[in-house]
Amino acid sequence: MNFFMQRMMGGKEGAVAFVIIAAVILVLFPLFLDIFRLNLVGKYLTYAFVAVGLVMCWGYGGILSLGQGVFFGLGGYAMAMFLKLEASSPEATAIQSTPGIPDFMDWNQITALPWFWEPFNSLPLTIIAVLVVPTIFAFFIGVAMFKRRVGGVYFAIITQAIALILTVLIVGQQGYTGGINGITDLRTLLGWDIRDDSAKYILYFVNAILLLGVIMIGRFVITSKLGRLLVAMRDREDRVRFSGYDVSAFKIFVFCLAAMFSAIGGAMFTLQVGFMSPSFVGIVPSIEMVIFAAVGGRMSLIGAVYGTLLVSFGKTYFSEVAPELWLFMMGALFIAVVMAFPNGLAGIYQKHRSKVIALGRRLCARVPFCPTYRVGAPRPSES
Amino acid sequence: MEGYTASELMSIVAMQGFAGISLFSVLLLMALGLAIIFGQMGVINMAHGEFMTIGAYTTFLLSSMAGEFGLVDYYFPVAIIVSFLVAFGVGYLTEWALIRHLYARPLDTLLATWGLSLMLQQIFRTVFGAREVSPAMPGWLQGSWQPTDAIDIPINGLFVLGLTVLLTTAVLYYLYKSRSGVKMRATTQNRMMAGAVGINTKRVDRFTFALGCGIAGVAGAAFTTIASTGPTTGSLYIVDTFMVVVFGGAASLFGTIASAFAIAEAQSIMEFFMSGSMAKVLTLLFVVGVLMIRPEGLFSVKVRK
Repeated sequence: MNFFMQRMMGGKEGAVAFVIIAAVILVLFPLFLDIFRLNLVGKYLTYAFVAVGLVMCWGYGGILSLGQGVFFGLGGYAMAMFLKLEASSPEATAIQSTPGIPDFMDWNQITALPWFWEPFNSLPLTIIAVLVVPTIFAFFIGVAMFKRRVGGVYFAIITQAIALILTVLIVGQQGYTGGINGITDLRTLLGWDIRDDSAKYILYFVNAILLLGVIMIGRFVITSKLGRLLVAMRDREDRVRFSGYDVSAFKIFVFCLAAMFSAIGGAMFTLQVGFMSPSFVGIVPSIEMVIFAAVGGRMSLIGAVYGTLLVSFGKTYFSEVAPELWLFMMGALFIAVVMAFPNGLAGIYQKHRSKVIALGRRLCARVPFCPTYRVGAPRPSES
Repeated sequence: MEGYTASELMSIVAMQGFAGISLFSVLLLMALGLAIIFGQMGVINMAHGEFMTIGAYTTFLLSSMAGEFGLVDYYFPVAIIVSFLVAFGVGYLTEWALIRHLYARPLDTLLATWGLSLMLQQIFRTVFGAREVSPAMPGWLQGSWQPTDAIDIPINGLFVLGLTVLLTTAVLYYLYKSRSGVKMRATTQNRMMAGAVGINTKRVDRFTFALGCGIAGVAGAAFTTIASTGPTTGSLYIVDTFMVVVFGGAASLFGTIASAFAIAEAQSIMEFFMSGSMAKVLTLLFVVGVLMIRPEGLFSVKVRK
């Protein structure tokens, strides 16, 4: 139990933050939002997977990847391919000139299912593909770059180029990928209609619990020796190397982990939203995901979730109210976060931490069953 | 390649090669500015494309003013200079307001300049509208040059090529022969020593950044002669431009020239044999592949780190 508290939660304060975010996601949102809004929140939370991954590899590891959309997209496309094949049974597609293949293939005069679509007939293989394909891809990029000590700015630019390549490829190979529209019209998962309200509720909770699990894994890695090495490496790479550690192996590991997190988010995105398209793969979404992590605080796993929710809400709200203002505000947000709040929301919290905790204790002391209820006076905070 | 005679094929190669030269000119003009900002100073300016767009819109504004006074044939040389000055000015302000606070944090510069590029794009959209615009072309830039019956080379492409050669020469001359260029290189190579011998490094930084932006502005003016300008035009070229600079070897201007040529020609010749998107994918994959094997780029300057 002590192990769990220290390693998975990050001590008492971490546990409180974890319980609060769990309560917000699992209780507060489902209670107060209708299913349409809740589904929207579910969509935002899938971006939070990417943001949590970025906190790991950028905040702790110092590796800024501008291509996380690639992994989000690979996970999402893998899931979408499975769902699309299920939606394209020979009966459902009887009007096509070749029944039994996805509609966009038929439109592009393709008469047989391409080989790389075959594995996606089976759900277990699809789930393996969601988890493994992006991770292996990240592994190859990581080995090629980090073994040669390419890092920092160059890594950011090259990952950005990879995001561009994948987008152009998906858009260009319309017959195999659905082109610019993406893979749409997804209906059922093993016969279970993912479009009705009860399914949306279930998927929301699955997604939320997975996200909390990912945060716990992240916390576990950060509090381990590996996590401390990551921070050391970020600040003084050569010293860690001279101490005898293989720096590139740690970088590859954390980059792969972030990629896998993003892929899970992508797969959950497809399930909840019902389509996948190249507009979630390219440079713009990839950089937007970085700003989610930056707004939340690049060193805070839980902050990343709040940052994602805040920026995404802002984006949806302002795109409805004043679309021309949104891009301007987004740009200003980038600049403000970098110039004024380099540690994001979490940094603001840290600055006023003692006040927040005292306030929390005072409020808490009035509530029965709260840990501080009987203590009365606030205890000195431990750190 | 069935159905083409040998001479037809030659013409195709010549024309396709020349189309590549146009792309090369734009890429090189963009990359020259970025090679100074990123290669020399190490600042990642994601808004570089928007500085090009500033130049393009400045040219557009001047052309509509010239149209009112009936001076369409003469405005273009003025437009190039004004585009340079406007982009230079905006760059100067940007360095003062934004970049100078972030020299120690290169990854944060990347995010901040990306934010700047979003804001500039929105300003363009609000001021000039979302539709693409083209300035009126002077008569002497229209038409084409036909060395043989089958080869047809547009004059505007030749003009942009000429401008590129001129500007590249000027930048090289400035960096390696002028007093101020020496100061600039001294500052970027060893900031502390440069400061110790009495160079005002802060002023040099600001001027260097602004100069790179100004060159992007000239790229924008040249760009208007071969394509129309929209609010997001610059952002379409930014990744390619970064790839050109990195592929060539960030600190080497000659590398930048060579890599702009290689990338543009590869893409444009492949485009004839396959779809444009596949040509782009293959070109970029090749560049990324080479960079994975040789991260320092084609031509690298040996430095001790």
